[in-house]
Amino acid sequence: MLELFLAKYNYWIVILLMMTGLYIVVARGNLVKKIIGLNVFQTSVFILYISMGKVAGGTAPILTGRDEIFSNPIPHVLILTAIVVGIATTALGLAFVVRIREAYDSIEDDEIDDAEKQDMARDLEGRLP
Amino acid sequence: MTGATLSGIVPHLPALQVVVPLLAAPVCFLLRRGVICWGFATLVSWAAFATSLVLLQVVLADGTIRYEMGGWAAPWGIEYVIDATNAIVLVIVSGIGSAVMPYARRSVMAEIPANQHGLYYTAYLLCLAGLLGVTITGDAFNVFVFLEITSLSSYILVSAGAGMDRRALTAAYNYLVLGTVGATFFVIGVGLLYMVTGTLNIIDLSERVPALQHNRTVHVAFAFIVVGMGLKLALFPLHTWLPNAYTYAPSTGTAFLAATSTKVSVYVLLRFLFVVFAPSYGFMALTLDYVLLPLALIGMVAATVAAIYQYNIKRLLAYSSVAQIGYMVLGIAYGSVEGLTAAILHLFNHALMKGALFLALGCIMLRVGDVTMRGVQGLGRQMPWTMAAFVTGGLSLIGVPLTVGFISKWYLITAALDDGRWPIAAVILASSLLAIIYVWKIVEAAYLKEPPEGRVVREAPLSMLVPTWVLVLANIGFGINAEFTVGVARTAAMGLLGGAP
Amino acid sequence: MRHHLVLRVVSKILIPFIILYGLYVQFHGDFSPGGGFQAGVIVAAAIILYALIFGIERARQVFKPEVLLVFAPLGVMIFALVGYAALALGGNYLDYDWLVANDTAGQHIGIITVEFGVGLTVAAVMTLIFLAYAGRTRDIDDEDW
Repeated sequence: MLELFLAKYNYWIVILLMMTGLYIVVARGNLVKKIIGLNVFQTSVFILYISMGKVAGGTAPILTGRDEIFSNPIPHVLILTAIVVGIATTALGLAFVVRIREAYDSIEDDEIDDAEKQDMARDLEGRLP
Repeated sequence: MTGATLSGIVPHLPALQVVVPLLAAPVCFLLRRGVICWGFATLVSWAAFATSLVLLQVVLADGTIRYEMGGWAAPWGIEYVIDATNAIVLVIVSGIGSAVMPYARRSVMAEIPANQHGLYYTAYLLCLAGLLGVTITGDAFNVFVFLEITSLSSYILVSAGAGMDRRALTAAYNYLVLGTVGATFFVIGVGLLYMVTGTLNIIDLSERVPALQHNRTVHVAFAFIVVGMGLKLALFPLHTWLPNAYTYAPSTGTAFLAATSTKVSVYVLLRFLFVVFAPSYGFMALTLDYVLLPLALIGMVAATVAAIYQYNIKRLLAYSSVAQIGYMVLGIAYGSVEGLTAAILHLFNHALMKGALFLALGCIMLRVGDVTMRGVQGLGRQMPWTMAAFVTGGLSLIGVPLTVGFISKWYLITAALDDGRWPIAAVILASSLLAIIYVWKIVEAAYLKEPPEGRVVREAPLSMLVPTWVLVLANIGFGINAEFTVGVARTAAMGLLGGAP
Repeated sequence: MRHHLVLRVVSKILIPFIILYGLYVQFHGDFSPGGGFQAGVIVAAAIILYALIFGIERARQVFKPEVLLVFAPLGVMIFALVGYAALALGGNYLDYDWLVANDTAGQHIGIITVEFGVGLTVAAVMTLIFLAYAGRTRDIDDEDW
């Protein structure tokens, strides 16, 4: 059991981070914390990919002309792209949070919900009989 | 342009289909001025539409096109692959874009603060490029990258409605959170597939994955991809981001996104389910029967019922979209050629219906500034052309003969009856009957109620009426003569089920 | 933070080297690990360090947002235009082999140009993101630091 745990420790880290991130996204009411949760969640995927590319005993994938074992560089390239996507998502998400704070004076889920209920009630004034 | 250069361009059209809008986005950002950006974005959309029509024609005549990006051969480089399935999706995406853009100038001027116009059109062009990219690419990871380009720009399109209603911001935020979770799920699935097969090329995957039907990693990848795409395409219990996003986005944004973005996600699901995983038995085949099928049926009925109770018509149509996505997923869940034909057909037809309906609503937004049941009161006489367009779109949504909605439902029901699944056919009929209720509610308010006293409303401007009616006429045209769309959908379905495209 | 002599002097010494390192990573992108993404972020880090030490206002004067807002799309356009150039010269989109007569030289030229575009965009965008957020609050007072 312990061997199973240790031999695949990278997956355990991935699972731990993934679940932590998702939990934060779902359970936290603070909009900034949700974005942080999203970041943790995405980071778990980065580790999943990067650790998948590692070849035991392999070096960095740089062509030296010598015959040697090196790690698979493709997951690294893919994750470079995914990191850029992650940054863009985080920046955009935080920009929304800034605008939401300006519009609602709050970044807490429940307070925003209350404000939206009032908006909704205003919409329904003068509703058709 | 001489014929020689023209024929020299045709082999490169797969690349140009994506990179023209992609390059246009930064150019549009630099142009800045609202009207210039609008003209530019319109031209680019039309160019993309022309490109996709040529591509469709070439695909139907000569079969699958493969284009190597950067000259790198397929398993190493990224290739673009176009067969009947994605050729038709390309036509939908760029076609809706070309209809929405001419319409956009007046609508955007009325709904979005002037200093944001250039940025809005930039986001639109990025979204167009992303959607076309997702559709055309033959590389699983590239799908993710384009998916995120699409998503990020559509969050911006939704949030552009903040000038009118602050709830656009929270809608965009929730869309961002759920959209990112969905896309990340998808990329986890792709990573797991890469882990077992060592390839990201979809054609390569389709050759290696079916042999691994019992591999646990493949099962997990399958689950992640289905749930991730389920979030993106707003499959019933995962649809919660959609109603608010569609309600508070600017009219043009809603029309474009409603008609294209979920369709492209449905396409990705189709491609992965039937080309990559190609489930014939076991765990994955059972998922179609015991997960997708019930969810589609529940979604069709539940979302239609939810739509009946809506007061805001934009939100009403948003719920109806969730129901219509149920129809598409239902066709997918059949897993037969008939089912897939119906799904692809409905994908095309629903884009036409929802495009027309949301554009008509945008006209009402411009003139009345209120798209609730109160806003449309008495509009039947005050804006006859707009309301006529809306009602025709509504009839198509219900599935009245001579409209595209009828064609879709006919094929869905036939596909169900072919398998002897008459209860499913009954549910389709029931959900269509329920759709009559919400369309009737709007018709009643528009034609049988008196307009509020003192409200003077003019008919919408021609620049908005013409695109709306083009889509409405397409609804009728493809409803009367469905030979072409059914033919393409059938070719596409057979291509999907025949293994590699 | 203008009064923190140590921070100010150290960062003044460091910033040129950070930028130099960024350029090194940038221009080695075609034949060794490196490239536009990493280089852009390193250069942006130098700019952000400058902004942290000398204040957002001063950083805005040196790295004008109006200029950065031109650089960001420009980088993307450089990338895309290299692709079009390959297309115009008879190859597939982004096929660097066609850029010049020699294939290997073509690959080098193509990658360097594309990476330059990427670096430009990444550096501009990272700086813009920082300035956009940091500019929303007042600078932290020395006493609170």
